[in-house]
Parts: sequence; structure tokens; C-alpha cells
Amino acid sequence: MTRRRVYVTRQVHEEAVDLLKEHFDVGVWASDEVVPRAELLEQVQGVDTVFCTISDNIDAKLLDAAGPQLRVVATMSVGTQHIDLAECKRRDIVVANTPDVAADSAAEFTVALLLMVTRRCLEGAEAVVNGEWGLWKPMWICGNEVVNRTLGILGFGRVGFGVARRLKPFGVKKILYNDVIQSSMGAELQAQFVDLDTLFRESDFLVVSCALTGLTRNLINKETFDKMKPSAILINTSRGPVVNTADLVEALRSGQIAGAGLDVTDPEPLPPNHPLINLKNCIVTPHIGTNSTKARLNMALNTARNIIDTLVRT
Amino acid sequence: MSSGARPRVFISRRIPEEGRALLAATCDVNSWESDEPPSHSEYLQAVAGVDGILCLLTDTINGELLDAAGPGLKVVSTLSVGYDHIDVKECARRNVKIGYTPGILTAATAELTVALLLATSRRLKEGIRAVENGEWGSWKPMWLCGPGLEGATVGIVGFGRIGVTVGRCLKPFGVASFLYSGRSEKPVEAKELGAMFVSFDELLAKSDFVVACCALTDKTRNLFNASAFKKMKNSAVFVNTSRGGIVNQNDLITALQSGQIGAAGLDVTTPEPLPTDSPLLKLDNCVVLPHIASATHKTRAAMAVLAANNLLAGLRGDKLPHEIQI
Repeated sequence: MTRRRVYVTRQVHEEAVDLLKEHFDVGVWASDEVVPRAELLEQVQGVDTVFCTISDNIDAKLLDAAGPQLRVVATMSVGTQHIDLAECKRRDIVVANTPDVAADSAAEFTVALLLMVTRRCLEGAEAVVNGEWGLWKPMWICGNEVVNRTLGILGFGRVGFGVARRLKPFGVKKILYNDVIQSSMGAELQAQFVDLDTLFRESDFLVVSCALTGLTRNLINKETFDKMKPSAILINTSRGPVVNTADLVEALRSGQIAGAGLDVTDPEPLPPNHPLINLKNCIVTPHIGTNSTKARLNMALNTARNIIDTLVRT
Repeated sequence: MSSGARPRVFISRRIPEEGRALLAATCDVNSWESDEPPSHSEYLQAVAGVDGILCLLTDTINGELLDAAGPGLKVVSTLSVGYDHIDVKECARRNVKIGYTPGILTAATAELTVALLLATSRRLKEGIRAVENGEWGSWKPMWLCGPGLEGATVGIVGFGRIGVTVGRCLKPFGVASFLYSGRSEKPVEAKELGAMFVSFDELLAKSDFVVACCALTDKTRNLFNASAFKKMKNSAVFVNTSRGGIVNQNDLITALQSGQIGAAGLDVTTPEPLPTDSPLLKLDNCVVLPHIASATHKTRAAMAVLAANNLLAGLRGDKLPHEIQI
């Protein structure tokens, strides 16, 4: 019997490719850059599995190009916005993702962003480089500590809960959250389920860690900023389109909120002259929230295992 | 000081108003109302005949200055927890009490230490720069990766208030093991974290993250030198928010350039401020902040109030809320 075929749409960890090679013939787009569309459509022809990333558009056209033998689409991510789930379901194609393995890494990064924004670390680092650092002064680059503040989590899943758990020993006074349903994990942290309105009004730190869905798209917009405290900080490490970019720019410029930390944006990437990048009270990182070495390796390995478990078992 | 006359106090810089006002209520306060320090001669002039001095960590409180103040000086109160800028022996010789501000700045300092650790290990500086320079392309599986705390060994050098609080904050990040080194064991604090007391060398050899939270003393000056960096893992992340003087900075630069250690996050340097042409600032794997570990509005105001209360107690001849004893 000829071996089944996998196409890997990007340069990924050797360990993951080796794992796949034990069971499949493996084709790889051996580059850090996204595989060009035409090349992708050609390379998927006749494959049984596609191993992809969020940069790949897995739509009906691609599924057609692959052919009826395509059984699994495995993405090296937790998000599946880039995959036409309805089309896959119609064709009996299994869609696999990696929800667990990078949650800790993302939660850690989210806390890093939050702390850097509230303690004005970007301004501090820039002052050093620009020669603005003089002798120690008591009232220079003073930020706001996490102690005695209210943390608000929008989306109390693995990442949201992980953020709350990590911030607790810093001395947060209250943890509030909103999600589609209440979570029993909340009790562990004395976190309170509240409605969106309350979350927006009372949070000193509003952390967006929800999936991008029809309900959450554009959820953080002008109306939200109207409700938030002028001292509040917004952190988004989930998906860019949850936040209305233009409204955020306006809110930061006008002082409607105090600061923002974004690892995801809409559009993504942001062009380097985008207002968000030049605002002193906004830190933008290039969607690297799961960038711990171990987490990325595990994401790759789990994607490979998802494929093996599905195809080899059946 | 004749009875009835208010004590005379010199404040060597503009400080949070809460502190100044507290002193002004009962003392004749001469406050150097600037963010920049007085010159050497201005300082000596200003302290002549005072009963108390409220100073900053950038001031040098030595025999010359104490002589200039004169025999009436009862207390020096510093707006810091570090007191390496104060000649403790000279003060003791003249019966001058020394107040400082521990505890009140612990939370803010530990918080910034963790922020700096994460900014360094998770490569936020390089990420931010890539965004600014238009180097942000598509999401890439293996771009700009760094070590996470999950499953890591954290070594805390100096297990005092700040070191212990840093440990507490790091615990929920999934740290596998805490090690600490210092002058003495701290069994109570260590138990909470499950931290193990080890030699400095063992800590260096085993830690993925080395966090320096010790005071600057004769024993710790240049503690982190070429020999120390050699003992550390090539992947290790070094964080220093204590004092620049505990690091041999040239050795650190070499260690970072050669890959002998993975990365460094520094809130304190030698000198301060760091000159803009320092090799540290050219390194991708080094993050430098301008000594802002206790820089929050609340903490600085609270430090000012505590420093003022230390001073007032010293003027009254009472025990200081926080006093340096030798």
C-alpha cells in the first residue's frame, strides 16, 4: 500500500516532521515565509492531510484542489478562523487544533504585556536609548502597580484563567470575568462572574482572552471605551478583530483609557506608520504570545500527533 | 537647637508633596526644589547647621558632608531601601541615625522585577522593534522564541523581602524549582515556595533564571563577574534590579556578546544613567530600564511619607520606624 501523504505548509520543528515521516510521505514548504497560494494549491493535490498555520486560508477552493481523499486539516494553533469549518464538515474532513499546549505560554506573555504597560517599561527603555535617563528622580516615569486593582477577564478559558492565576500574588484586589457561561474554576481564585457592562466599568485592567466569534467580533469598541475608567488599561492577546482598531486609537489619543498592550491587531500585521505603534501609551508586539520554545515545539508535535492519531487509528 | 525653635531640615531634591508637607508642618524645611541635584558645594552649604537631612540614593553621605552639617545633625533619612551611598560607620561615630524605606517599596519592586524578567525572556524588546521597523510579517512558527517559566529553575540571589516577593509572584507561572543563596537560610519564607538553600555556585549552575535581589555590600560588589557568568547556563536569563555595583558590567557585556549567557534584564547599571553608547544598548539580548523598580505614584508617595516619619522620629530622639543599625 502506498503511504499516505501530508503537506506541511511552513518550516516547522524537525522533531514534528520526523514524527510524521514515520507514518507518511511528507512534503514541506521549507521556508519561514507563507507558501504562495498557487504553490499551495498545487502541492495539496492528492494529499490525505494538510498541516497548516493561521496564515493559510483553508477554503473550499483549497479543499477542491486537494481532492476527495483529504481527511484531516490540522492547524498549529488554537484559533480556526482561517479554516472554513462548515465546508470541512460537509466533506467529512476532520479539523484538528492545539488548544491546550500553548495556553500557559500565552497567559505568561499576556501578563508580561500587562506589566510592561502599567509600569511604562516601553517609555523607560526608550528613555535609556534616547539619552533621557538622568540621575534617579522620585517622580519620573511613575506607573501604576497591580496591587489593590481590579482585574477584568473577557473570556475565562485556559488563557484567561491562567492570567488571573498568575496575577493574583501581585495583590489584585478583585478578579471579575465574563464569558458565555460561568466557570467553576472562578471559585478557586475568588473570581466573580459579572455582566459585560460591569466588567467594562469596573476593570482597571481589561484582558481580552476570548475566541473570535460572531459574538465577540468588534465587541470592544467606542461604546466600551465610553464605559471604561480613564485610568484603565486594555490588553488583547486573543484576536485582533475583537477590538475596533479606529475606536481604540481614538480612545488612547483622547485619554479615554490610559493605555493598551496588543499582541494581535486588525489588520495584522500593522503597517509601521500605524497610529497605534507611535502612541507612547500603547505597546504592540507581533503576535508572538506563544513564543516560548517549548510551547512552539509542543504545538508542532501535537499537530503531528493529531494527524497520526486520526489517520493511523482509522 | 534652642528650645522652642523648630528643627532645621534639608531635603536634597523635589520629593512627593506628601513627604515634604509632613516635614514642613513641624520643621523649618529647606527643600532643593529641582529634579536635578545640588552641586557638591551647594549641598555642603545647604546642610550647614541642620538637624536632619532627607536624601536620595544618588547623594553621597560621607564624613565630609557630615562635618559640613555639624554636630547638631541627628538623623539622615534616605528615600530608598539601598544605603550603599551612606557611610554607615561615619554616621555611627557621630551618633547620627540613619532611616531608610524597606517594605513599602517591596511590592512595586518585585512587580517590576517580574516585568523585566518576562520582557527579557519573551523577547518583547525585539518584538516591539520588529513592529516599529516594519519587520512584522506573517505568523511564523519559530520566529523570536525564548524560554518560558513553565518547568524552569529560578535562582534568587538574596532572599530578602524583595527576593521572597519575587518568588511568590513567579510561583503560579509553573516554575519547577526555586533555589536561593545568600548569607543565611530563611526556612520560613523558603518553605512557602519550596525553595532550596544552595551555594552561589550551585545556583548559577542549575538556574534557568538568575534573579539578583541582594544589597550592595563589600561582599556582593562585582559578585557577578566573568567567573560567575561562566558557571551559568548558556540559555540562562539574568535579571538585576538591585544595584549596578553587584555586576562587573564589562564581564556581563562579554558574556552576552559571546553567548555565554542567554539574556539580561537590568534596571540598574554602572554608571547611572548609562551612557547611550554603552555596548549593552546594542545587544538584542539585553533589556535596560532606567532604575524604575519602585516607580509608582503610590509607592513613591508612601516612601516619601515613611522617609519623613523616619526623619521626624530621629529629630525627636525616638526609635525610627526603619533604622539602619551596624
